[in-house]
Amino acid sequence: MTTDTIAGSTVELNEEGFLVDPAQWNEDMAVELARREGIDPLTDRHWQVLRFMRAEYEAKGTGPTVRVLGKTSGVPIKELYQLFPKGPAKLAAKIAGIPKPRGCI
Amino acid sequence: MHRIVILGGGTGGTLAANRLRRAFGHDEAIITVVDEDDRHVYQPGLLFVPFGLTHGEDIVRPRGRQLHRGIAYVVDPVDRVDLGTRRVHLASGQELDYDALIIATGATLAPEETDGLTGSGWKESVFTFYDLEGAEALAKKLAWFDGGRVVVNVVEMPIKCPVAPLEFCFLADWFFEQQGVRDRVELTYVTPLDGAFTKPVASRRLGGMLEERGIELVTEFNTGEVDGDKGRLVSYDEREVPFDLAVVVPVHNGAPYVTRSEGLGDALGFIPTDVHTLQSEASPHVFVIGDAAALPTSKAGSVTHFEGEVVVTNVRAFLEGRELDASYDGHANCFIETGFSKAMLIDFNYDVEPLPGHFPSGVGLPLMKESHLNHLGKLLFQWFYWHSLLPGRDIPGVHSAMPTRGKHRTAPTQEVSVS
Repeated sequence: MTTDTIAGSTVELNEEGFLVDPAQWNEDMAVELARREGIDPLTDRHWQVLRFMRAEYEAKGTGPTVRVLGKTSGVPIKELYQLFPKGPAKLAAKIAGIPKPRGCI
Repeated sequence: MHRIVILGGGTGGTLAANRLRRAFGHDEAIITVVDEDDRHVYQPGLLFVPFGLTHGEDIVRPRGRQLHRGIAYVVDPVDRVDLGTRRVHLASGQELDYDALIIATGATLAPEETDGLTGSGWKESVFTFYDLEGAEALAKKLAWFDGGRVVVNVVEMPIKCPVAPLEFCFLADWFFEQQGVRDRVELTYVTPLDGAFTKPVASRRLGGMLEERGIELVTEFNTGEVDGDKGRLVSYDEREVPFDLAVVVPVHNGAPYVTRSEGLGDALGFIPTDVHTLQSEASPHVFVIGDAAALPTSKAGSVTHFEGEVVVTNVRAFLEGRELDASYDGHANCFIETGFSKAMLIDFNYDVEPLPGHFPSGVGLPLMKESHLNHLGKLLFQWFYWHSLLPGRDIPGVHSAMPTRGKHRTAPTQEVSVS
């Protein structure tokens, strides 16, 4: 665990760079977290996914997988990979300040 | 008179029905099982079909015959469940009212959800062994296969029996060796996970076993398209893996009626379920067993078996207005066939990842280690399945809760995630 200052707030990050306490997250922080991942600027489409991730996390306690995102966020899977390259569910979760989606077993 | 309706006559539905029939007197409950057909497939057998080690007729039996006397069996697809009126609507128009409903309709393969998968090359150069028809078609192909690039691909989690695609790789290595063509076959395992398996210690062990056998491992590959014409898998981030023969595990959804039943399932048609009581989140009258549940454990027959006791106890407790038993711990137990008549055993639950040692106690089958004994265990298991597990009897020495005696504990490690 490390302590870091993101967009003026002091927060704790785990070893993979995910926010330890999702309640500390705010929109300015998302902009900074995205920039660190090479995503700049955050477009409306990015925000659509990020807000959806936050809402899903608040309702269910875990972030959705890529396929669920593709089915329910209104953004198709191909575009999700353009917006959040490599691993959309993981990267969008990190920027949305929620824990890494739990692996299916 | 309690009305208990069970949707699904597979592993979970059958063992729950038989256990419930024993738990309730014939004047206490009417038990009805519904399924769309009368073919009960012993699914662990599907892995062996492509290699000619077993055949369709050896692993299929009538569903109705596995149910004890005093259980009604209806062959009719489910149209939908109405949670408000507590009524199941069947495709024929028949309606079944319930006081307790058990959902045991498992997972459904959805190959059509992946671009190109069921297009050109399907069942010619692109196969699955996750259903009997696919496994039999693949057997014909493998019998004559004399060399080339063979790719085994998991499109996305969750899937049934997450070790089966790895077992397929190990058996393919053995099979091509027996056929005398192993040196002309390139074997590659392509997975969306960041390692060979989901749990860290087992993932490292299984990854090492792929390497020992000269099987290439491609990780974090999210298949966007299967191109049968050009013989290549294409990921969403535009990486490519070429193949002459692709063995693909398609994405899984819940049963189709779940999405037609308001409030019952999640976006994929699995049922949100309490992890310890196995009661659905949608309605207190609904319980879930097996692959149909959206639970953080494997979709596997052993899980279904271990859930049986808790589901039956809780259906009874619910109908009698008593508090539910919250003891299901996510226990899973899998024999992993590793080729050359050996197998490895893993045993884990929600909280404890697979560890080395022995099962079920200090003396017993070796865990996370290849052995002939485990291979025999896996073969013997089919007998136990039809004669002990489905009738709802306990297997001697094997209990619902995960055993910890005989295991070498190590420091907890982190869970692996999907991208």
